[in-house]
Amino acid sequence: MSELAEPSQVAAGEPRVLSFSGNMTLARIRSITRDVDVQPGERLIVDLSEVDRMDTVGAWFIHRLRRDHEVELTGASQEQLDLLDTVAAAADRPAKLRPDAPPPFSRVIAMIGEAVLQAGRTLLGLLGFFGALLITTGEIIMRPRKLRWHAVVQRLEIVGVHALGIIGLMSFLVGIVIAQQGAVQLRQFGAEFYTINLVSRISFRELGVLMTAIMVAGRSGSAFAAQLGSMKLAEEVDAMRTIGVSPMEALVFPRVMATVLAMPLLAFYASIMAIFGGMMLAWAQLDITPITFIQRAREATPVNDLFICLIKAPVFGIIIAVSGCFQGMQVRNNNEEVGFRTTAAVVQAIFLVIVLDAFFAVFFSSIGWI
Amino acid sequence: MAEADLAKAADPVGEPDDDIVICVRDLKNCFGEQVVHEGLDLDVRRGEILGVVGGSGTGKSVLMRSIIGLQTPVEGEIKVFGTSMIGKDETEARNIRRRWGVLFQAAALFSTLTVAENVQLPIREYFPGLDQDMMDEIAAYKIAMSGLADDAGAKYPAELSGGMKKRAGVSRALALDPDLLFLDEPTAGLDPIGAAAFDELILDLRNALHLTVFLITHDLDTLYAICDRVAVLADRKVIAVGTIDELLALDHPWIQEYFRGPRGRAVTEHSGVRRPGQ
Ligand SMILES: Nc1ncnc2c1ncn2[C@@H]1O[C@H](COP(=O)(O)OP(=O)(O)O)[C@@H](O)[C@H]1O
Ligand SMILES: [Mg+2]
Repeated sequence: MSELAEPSQVAAGEPRVLSFSGNMTLARIRSITRDVDVQPGERLIVDLSEVDRMDTVGAWFIHRLRRDHEVELTGASQEQLDLLDTVAAAADRPAKLRPDAPPPFSRVIAMIGEAVLQAGRTLLGLLGFFGALLITTGEIIMRPRKLRWHAVVQRLEIVGVHALGIIGLMSFLVGIVIAQQGAVQLRQFGAEFYTINLVSRISFRELGVLMTAIMVAGRSGSAFAAQLGSMKLAEEVDAMRTIGVSPMEALVFPRVMATVLAMPLLAFYASIMAIFGGMMLAWAQLDITPITFIQRAREATPVNDLFICLIKAPVFGIIIAVSGCFQGMQVRNNNEEVGFRTTAAVVQAIFLVIVLDAFFAVFFSSIGWI
Repeated sequence: MAEADLAKAADPVGEPDDDIVICVRDLKNCFGEQVVHEGLDLDVRRGEILGVVGGSGTGKSVLMRSIIGLQTPVEGEIKVFGTSMIGKDETEARNIRRRWGVLFQAAALFSTLTVAENVQLPIREYFPGLDQDMMDEIAAYKIAMSGLADDAGAKYPAELSGGMKKRAGVSRALALDPDLLFLDEPTAGLDPIGAAAFDELILDLRNALHLTVFLITHDLDTLYAICDRVAVLADRKVIAVGTIDELLALDHPWIQEYFRGPRGRAVTEHSGVRRPGQ
C-alpha cells in the first residue's frame, strides 16, 4: 500500500495530480511529508478518492497544501470535507507555544541577579518565619490550651522513636571508627589509653549531637518540607487558614516542638552509643576491659561536656524544623517545587547547623568549658 | 523498517467493523474488603456519547480506570476495540492505548511542562521521528481545536483556570487522534456558561472526529445536551442503560430521584425535546 500514488505525467502548464491512498494519519504523516515534494507556487490537483482513513493530522496536511499552493481538491467525501473545515478553523492562528525567553547574555545576568535576590529573600523569609514562630510560641505560652499535644506526641514518635535504630547504629559505627583511628595515632606516643578520653569527650561535645542533627535533618527536616509542600499545593494550608486555624499553630509549632524535644534525647543517646562503639573496639583491639573504660571515661569527661551536648541539641532542632517547615511553606505552582524545596530544606539545615556548631565551639572554649 | 511496523500495528485498516467499542462483562473490583463492582456489564457503541452517572463513590472513576487498564479487576472481562485488555503484554496494550485519549478528573496535566509540551508529549512518545516544526503546528491546531486562547500553549498548568485546564486536558487527550475518548467529570467545577461551552466542544469534536465518548458526569445538563445514552451505576453494577426517556420509564428509586428530583425536574422541563439522536 503506498500513501502516494505515482504522480501523473505533467504537461507544461498543466496542474500536477497528487493522488493519495491508504491512511492519512498521524502514524503515516512522516512518510507522507517525505514523499510529497511540491515546488512553491505549483498548481496541484489533490485526489483523495483512494484514502481509507483520514484523521486530523491528515486533514491538517491537506489544509497546508491548500494554504500554500493552488489546489483543486477532488474525490473527497463529505466526511473528509467536514474534517478539513474543522481543522482549517483551528489551524493557522498566531499561536504562542513557548514562554518568552530573554537573549542569552541578559539571561545569565538575570540568573545571577535572581540568585542573589533569592538568597536575600530566603534569609529575610527565614527570619520572618522564625519571628512568626516566636509570636505563635508566645501566644501558646499565654494560652496553653492552644497547644496541640496530640500532634506533638505524634511527631515526637516519628522524629524521635522511629529514628532510634538508625541513629544508634550510625553512632555506634562512628564510635568504632574514632576509637580505631585515635588508637593508631595515640599508639605512636604510647598513649593508647587516651583513646578513652578522645572517644568519650568528642562524642558528647561534637559527634553525638552533630551526627544526630544530620540524620534528623535528612529524615525529618525533609519530611516536613515535603508534607507541608504537598499540603500547600493541594490548597490544604489555605483551607486551614480560611477555617480560622493558623497553620503556624497547627502544622509548624508541633513539628518544631517535637524536634526540639527529640533532639537532646537523641543526641544523648547517640553520644552513649558512640562511646559504646568505642568501648567495644577498645575491648577487642586494645585489651581495655569495659569496666576500666567506663571508669576512665567518667574521670575524663567533665559534666560540662554533657551540658554542651544538651544545649546545642535543641538549638539544632529548631534550625532543622524551621528550615523544613519554612521551605515547605514556600512551595507554589508545581510538584517539582516540592522536591526542590525538600532538598533546599536539608541543605540549608545542615549548613546552618555546622555554621552554628563552629560558633558554639568558639563560645564554649572562651567561657572556659574546655 | 521499524517505523512502518509501528505505523501498521498502530493503524489497523481492515479491523472487523464491530459496533461495540467497549465491552465489559461480569466485572468485579475490590479494595480490600470493600467490593466496588460485582457482576457489572456494559457496552459502549461506536460513535456514541455514553453518559455514566451514579452517586458519589459508586465507582464511576474505578470503572473507567479498569477499562483503561490502570486498575486490574478481580474478575471479569474487558474488551476494547474487540481485544481483551486483561493480561495483555505491554507492546500490544500500547497499540491499543494509543487509540484512546483520557481526561482525568483533575485534568492531570504535567505541571512542569507547558500546555503545548503536554500535547506534544504523547506524539513524541509514539512518533519520535517527527520534526519540531511539524509538532508545533500540530500542537497549535489541537490547542485551538479544544477552544483555548492562542497564547495558552506557552502557559504552565499552574497558570490556567479550572476550565482552561480541562480544555488543555482534552487537547492532550486528542493528541494522538484517538477513536475513543474517556472523560471523567469534565464539567465538574465549571461555571454554567463554561460547562455549556464544554458540552458543545465535546459534541463538536465527536461529530467532526467520529469519536466514541465515555463520559462520566454528575451534570444533568450535560446528559440532556449531548449524551446519546446514559448508563446508571448503582448497587455495584450498571442497573440500566438507555436514552433518558427509556430511563425515565423505569421505576428504580435512585433513577427516579435523580431525574425527577428538584434539579432533574428543572432540567427535564426546560430541555424539552432537544436531544441528539432523536
Ligand atoms: N485506590 C483506592 N483504594 C481504596 N479504595 C478506593 C480507591 N479508589 C477508589 N476507592 C473506593 O472505591 C469507591 C469508588 O470510588 P470512585 O470510583 O472514585 O467513585 P466515583 O463514582 O465518585 O468516581 C469509593 O468508595 C472509594 O472509596
Ligand atoms: Mg470520580
